Amino acid sequence: MRGDIALRPPAAQLPAASRIVSWLQDVWVLTRRNLIHVRREPQQLSDVTIQPVIFTLLFVYVFGAALAAKAGGDFKAFLIPGLLVMNLTTSTVGTAIGLSTDLSTGVINRLRTLPMAQTSILVGRSISDLLAAVLCGAFVVVTGLAIGWRPDAGAGSILAGIGIALFFSYALTWFNACIGLGMKSPEAAQGVVFVIMFPLSFVSNIFTPTQGMPGWVGAIANWNPVSAVASACRTLFGAPNPSAAVNAWPMQHPVTAALMWAFAILVVCAPVAGWLYRRKTRN
Amino acid sequence: MKNGSMITAQGLSKSFGEVRALRDVDLDVPAGSILGVLGPNGAGKTTAIRILTTLTVPDTGSAWVAGHDVVNDPSAVRRMIGVTGQDATLDEQLTGRQNLLMVGELSRMKRSDAKRRGAELLEAFELADAGERVLKTYSGGMRRRLDLAASLVARPPVLFLDEPTTGLDPTSRQRMWTVIRTLVSEGTTVLLSTQYLDEADSLADRIVLFDHGRVIAEGTPAELKGSTGSQLVEVTLAAPHAGAAAALAELGTGAVNVSGGGLRLTVPVRNEPGLAVAALRSLDAVGAQVEDIAVHRPTLDDVFGILTGATGPDGAPDTGDAGEGGDAGEAAAEFEEVLL
Repeated sequence: MRGDIALRPPAAQLPAASRIVSWLQDVWVLTRRNLIHVRREPQQLSDVTIQPVIFTLLFVYVFGAALAAKAGGDFKAFLIPGLLVMNLTTSTVGTAIGLSTDLSTGVINRLRTLPMAQTSILVGRSISDLLAAVLCGAFVVVTGLAIGWRPDAGAGSILAGIGIALFFSYALTWFNACIGLGMKSPEAAQGVVFVIMFPLSFVSNIFTPTQGMPGWVGAIANWNPVSAVASACRTLFGAPNPSAAVNAWPMQHPVTAALMWAFAILVVCAPVAGWLYRRKTRN
Repeated sequence: MKNGSMITAQGLSKSFGEVRALRDVDLDVPAGSILGVLGPNGAGKTTAIRILTTLTVPDTGSAWVAGHDVVNDPSAVRRMIGVTGQDATLDEQLTGRQNLLMVGELSRMKRSDAKRRGAELLEAFELADAGERVLKTYSGGMRRRLDLAASLVARPPVLFLDEPTTGLDPTSRQRMWTVIRTLVSEGTTVLLSTQYLDEADSLADRIVLFDHGRVIAEGTPAELKGSTGSQLVEVTLAAPHAGAAAALAELGTGAVNVSGGGLRLTVPVRNEPGLAVAALRSLDAVGAQVEDIAVHRPTLDDVFGILTGATGPDGAPDTGDAGEGGDAGEAAAEFEEVLL
């Protein structure tokens, strides 16, 4: 260690850059940091790579025929949109765990002493998790195509369906951020999000039409945001969608309902996450 | 805020539930100086630093860093400070170089500037070879150096160093001290917390002593050492002498401590000139043969022990026996001569 560290006046703020540009830069720096983590430990990506492949194969080949008998028609066409939505829903738990882990180390404190935009910690996390969701969706789609799934719709319509599923996943990322920020430890966060995310995925029309469910369970499933997103994807992929016969508003207007749900979750959870972050880091 | 002060705190208090971490603390650090914040674990040092670095807010009181209010204008404060501390760490999964780049970019430096500055600091802190290694693989000393380097990336005029040398080997500590002195000589203002008295003694222009959330003493190292109102006379005899202790007791303000098989006698005395000569005369008068005599001021360890109730800063009980100091005591005395 030498003692000749040059000390010049402190770095000024970027002269011409507006607040938004610096904010975007902060977000990008922190997104990149999360991506470096992933590159360093690729096994933490298994829940958006290996897991979607296993789930897709498992449900199509083990349960597929039995589940789809009720749905009628091509069971791969029925199941793949559902599996896409299920994987994009459950993979968002990574946000809760990752954020909670971040907060349990001293890195956050270091970041908080820097003149960066503090919101970029949360936004950077949500963006790196969105990129993970894109990867997850790609694995489901490619696995589906590999086992003979052929969506019966135009490219634009298919992309719109995938886009809605990703938008919903991004909104859930913020819900998970709230859980991660609200829990005391990464372990606690992990426990809580699984308890929420699995019923959310399964009490839905993803695997079976809701018509076969007991009355109140069916009602919950019909109004479950996940059902709306799965129905929207089925509609846009040209897949059989038994829920279209259900007399519930979200099932009659799945695309609108899916977008509204995603938007509502985002609008509520993002500010709450910001508030929880400030509260958590105040002391 | 006073003129020329880089860090000012007035009446800071902070409680965590029942625990009063900080009670009515005032601090003032003139530009270009080092304030040593000294105290045992849990004395409130880290809480004070957390408030001044915008990591937490005080319950009552105000503080300014480089003229900016830490509560009302934290982002302005963050542009002026560098922080190295136990609870503000770097990213374990990034390399040394990536960490410095991230800190630079988040300090709103241009990427190319941040890169250059990172390389310069890695070089200066002898971490250039480890620059591409992940932080997880760093030793304790390397981490501390990278921590300090990270706090210097944006060239902040004010540095907060929270126990920067805890756990370092003596050589690494000396190197760290050299860097800190260099930074201050170039105009940086430093607030340094430490559990080590010699560190505060060696580096700080002024010292505040924290205990149970309060500032219990304040001053230059020399003032603090003088504040106990006494010096110590330490005599080594050629042979034990029955009348020696009584002869010294006449000069002293406290009890004579006899050790080393009756050969070593220590007595606290008032701060007056000519005491060594007076002691020699008294001993000569009773026929005691003196081999060695020394008058020294108490070390900060002594002061700390007296002010906080006879325990050292690390919680170890103070022996209260200056005569038993042995090599450490002599080293401290020599050190003091260099300092004063």
